[in-house]
Amino acid sequence: MYKIRKAEKLAENIFLMDVEAPRIAKSCEPGQFLIVKMDEKGERIPLTICDYHREDGTVTIVFQIVGASTKKMAELQAGDSFRDVIGPLGQASEFIHEPAAELKEKKYLFVAGGVGTAPVYPQVKWMKENGIAVDVIVGAKTKDLLILEDEMRAVAGNLYITTDDGSYERKGMVTEVIKDLVQNQGKHYDQVVAIGPMIMMKFVCLLTKELGLPTIVSLNPIMVDGTGMCGACRVTVGDQVKFACVDGPEFDGHLVNFDEAMKRQTIYKTQEGRAMLKLQEGDTHHGGCGHCGGDE
Amino acid sequence: MGDVLKKVPVREQDAKVRATNFEEVCYGYNQEEAMEEAARCINCKNAKCITGCPVAINIPGFIHEVKEGNIEEAYKVIGKSSALPAVCGRVCPQESQCEGVCIRGIKGEPVSIGKLERFVADWAREHGISPEKPASTNGKKVAVIGSGPAGLTCAGDLAKMGYEVTIFEALHEPGGVLVYGIPEFRLPKKGVVAPEIENVKKLGVKIETNVVIGKSVTIDELLNDEGFDAVFIGSGAGLPKFMGIPGENANGVFSANEYLTRSNLMKAFDENYDTPIMIGKKVAVVGGGNVAMDAARTALRLGAEVHIVYRRSEAELPARVEEVHHAKQEGIIFDLLTNPLEILVDDNGWVRGMSCIKMELGEPDESGRRRPVEIKGSEFEIELDTVIMSLGTSPNPLISSTTKGLETNRRKCIVAQEENGATTKEGVYAGGDAVTGAATVILAMGAGKSAAQGIDEFLNGK
Ligand SMILES: Cc1cc2nc3c(=O)[nH]c(=O)nc-3n(C[C@H](O)[C@H](O)[C@H](O)COP(=O)(O)OP(=O)(O)OC[C@H]3O[C@@H](n4cnc5c(N)ncnc54)[C@H](O)[C@@H]3O)c2cc1C
Ligand SMILES: Cc1cc2nc3c(=O)[nH]c(=O)nc-3n(C[C@H](O)[C@H](O)[C@H](O)COP(=O)(O)OP(=O)(O)OC[C@H]3O[C@@H](n4cnc5c(N)ncnc54)[C@H](O)[C@@H]3O)c2cc1C
Ligand code: SF4
Ligand code: SF4
Ligand code: FES
Repeated sequence: MYKIRKAEKLAENIFLMDVEAPRIAKSCEPGQFLIVKMDEKGERIPLTICDYHREDGTVTIVFQIVGASTKKMAELQAGDSFRDVIGPLGQASEFIHEPAAELKEKKYLFVAGGVGTAPVYPQVKWMKENGIAVDVIVGAKTKDLLILEDEMRAVAGNLYITTDDGSYERKGMVTEVIKDLVQNQGKHYDQVVAIGPMIMMKFVCLLTKELGLPTIVSLNPIMVDGTGMCGACRVTVGDQVKFACVDGPEFDGHLVNFDEAMKRQTIYKTQEGRAMLKLQEGDTHHGGCGHCGGDE
Repeated sequence: MGDVLKKVPVREQDAKVRATNFEEVCYGYNQEEAMEEAARCINCKNAKCITGCPVAINIPGFIHEVKEGNIEEAYKVIGKSSALPAVCGRVCPQESQCEGVCIRGIKGEPVSIGKLERFVADWAREHGISPEKPASTNGKKVAVIGSGPAGLTCAGDLAKMGYEVTIFEALHEPGGVLVYGIPEFRLPKKGVVAPEIENVKKLGVKIETNVVIGKSVTIDELLNDEGFDAVFIGSGAGLPKFMGIPGENANGVFSANEYLTRSNLMKAFDENYDTPIMIGKKVAVVGGGNVAMDAARTALRLGAEVHIVYRRSEAELPARVEEVHHAKQEGIIFDLLTNPLEILVDDNGWVRGMSCIKMELGEPDESGRRRPVEIKGSEFEIELDTVIMSLGTSPNPLISSTTKGLETNRRKCIVAQEENGATTKEGVYAGGDAVTGAATVILAMGAGKSAAQGIDEFLNGK
């Protein structure tokens, strides 16, 4: 069992947890993820490792409610436990293997969208710990959905926050901020790292390709085992099929086939929709009524 | 008494009924039937059957005890050679192993060795008999990677010799293919696999799940920081192959591993479990091995019309005869001498069919089987909503890529000596599918056994 030390609501439908997982805390690096399984009957849910405390033996996860399993997970409290936590999985971000001197010469821009702020955080923190100040753009739908602002401010070089509705700081999408920084403010970047919803990463990549900025993205396809055994997570990168759980999750964004990846994410939408309905309506919903859409 | 040339028939669940459930297909013998079948064994002096068993179970020895009604004794005889008799009695390809060389088989049917082994193991479980924990340990620690048949056997044998053994398993349940691959209706998980694993634990073996060697911790760290004196790698061959044809990433195309893992390990067939599975209306399973049969029969039970699409003819099907027979009885349709060319995809990215070509058999290839060749102009389309690719698997590079000095061959298999499992790295042994590529449960167990010997010799010589 893996005990939850801390459980906190960061924003509507977004939660943070510190979980005891000593082996993972000891060996994980930025860019990697883990898998949690709540109980015997639960799904295996992949989540990015957002922070880690090696001495404490804990790791931090941040997740958003999108379906039945994450909804159930949000009900867990400090003191509760996960039945299983597996990891660290996937490759660490490439930059951690680069010689420090070379890395210091490079200018990095991190672009975070929504709950993607969480996976970007450990990377920016790692940079700060290695004496590198990076630029960070964080985009949120609205002010209330902005997460980890203080944490990010403490480790970023320059932090640019934007909200879709203009309820806080800038107004507009992250792509507009990138354009502004590069075209109006004359900034130059050697490497962009973009993490967020698939659609946001797709548009960031379209833009950075135009601007000639190499871009790394972190993909979140559907996964089962996370160890290269099932192929559920396969994505097309360039002309190759890759397994995101072992070859990734980070890839060259300009080579990723986002349209295919987005379609693949919807494979279980109907089944998941049904599970969500069952959870929301409890015993009153049995499916088969044919009116509510739960059977589609 | 029946015809002595024939096996005592075994009771099975009716094909029509079982096609809709996940209960075990075969009921096995009761004691009366087992004793009758045991009487067919002529207790050969030069018992050929033993040479056909990769772990050399004293077959006439245990069968003799069954004949006499001493089932507990029979269990002890088997226990000297095998840690997983209830599993092997069910899934060993007996027709090409022990039973394939049984003297009785020359004129008539061989003795039903597998079903007798299964009876003995089931009887022992039902009567609460399990192996005993060794009295003392020798203070030496061995790490075993993977909890499939190879790892469990190696761990069990080492524990019996007095070693302190810890198994590290990447998944959340121990058992390897026995829990994630082979379906419930052939090998019940709670009823059969779990108790056999429990027996290995009773020998003192610790099992740590959720540890991915090469990620959570490396082999070098196990040896240098965690105080293990030797390591056995039994990590299997879990990496699925795809064909590389157009449309293969469409929604509705799965590897057999994914399909079976969802159904077996994650229990997606049971609606009380959260993991979803695609329940197709019309499913094609590409391939002809045991894995393909298992995927097909799983899809059938979930309610689909299922086709096996295989490029050679029935005679070349690599699956066990019993499994092909069961599949046919249940209503699986075999599209033989047929090879997929492309998966057809609709506008939303979902499978809508498959274009295939007819094949004929030509000259024999390296494997000695006649090579299938395309018949020009015979292309045709089938309508489908689900395709399951079952084209074989290869060892996962997670361990080899993170362990210095561990050599692999061209097929990504770990190089290890057959007699003792020694790899190219000192103190590190390997066996099972990780070394041979996808093979069988009993071969993996044989390899685990040899490696336990090898490790014992290595640590005693130290
Ligand atoms: C490597 C990786 C890292 C991730 N990191 C995070 C993270 O740090 N924080 C976070 O909130 N989420 C993260 N995710 C996504 C998270 O795993 C899914 O949101 C979660 O599994 C959905 O579970 P559910 O049962 O609640 O929703 P479901 O009911 O299963 O799904 C709801 C919808 O979400 C989509 N979906 C389902 N499973 C996945 C999946 N595995 N990945 C992406 N989308 C999916 C489907 O389109 C589905 O329609 C990550 C995914 C991966 C693969
Ligand atoms: C669907 C299916 C049906 C089959 N049917 C039959 C049959 O009827 N009869 C028969 O004899 N054989 C059958 N086989 C083949 C047989 O199951 C295998 O040959 C056998 O299980 C191999 O045993 P193993 O111990 O080498 O590996 P596995 O059983 O594959 O076990 C390996 C274990 O190691 C774990 N692992 C892998 N990497 C790591 C890591 N880095 N760290 C920690 N753990 C790790 C895996 O999670 C797994 O649990 C079938 C196989 C499949 C897939
Ligand atoms: S273990 Fe397999 S090969 Fe050996 S006797 Fe039993 S069924 Fe036959
Ligand atoms: S070869 Fe057949 S008949 Fe002879 S001992 Fe073995 S099982 Fe009995
Ligand atoms: S999640 Fe199964 S192979 Fe990647």
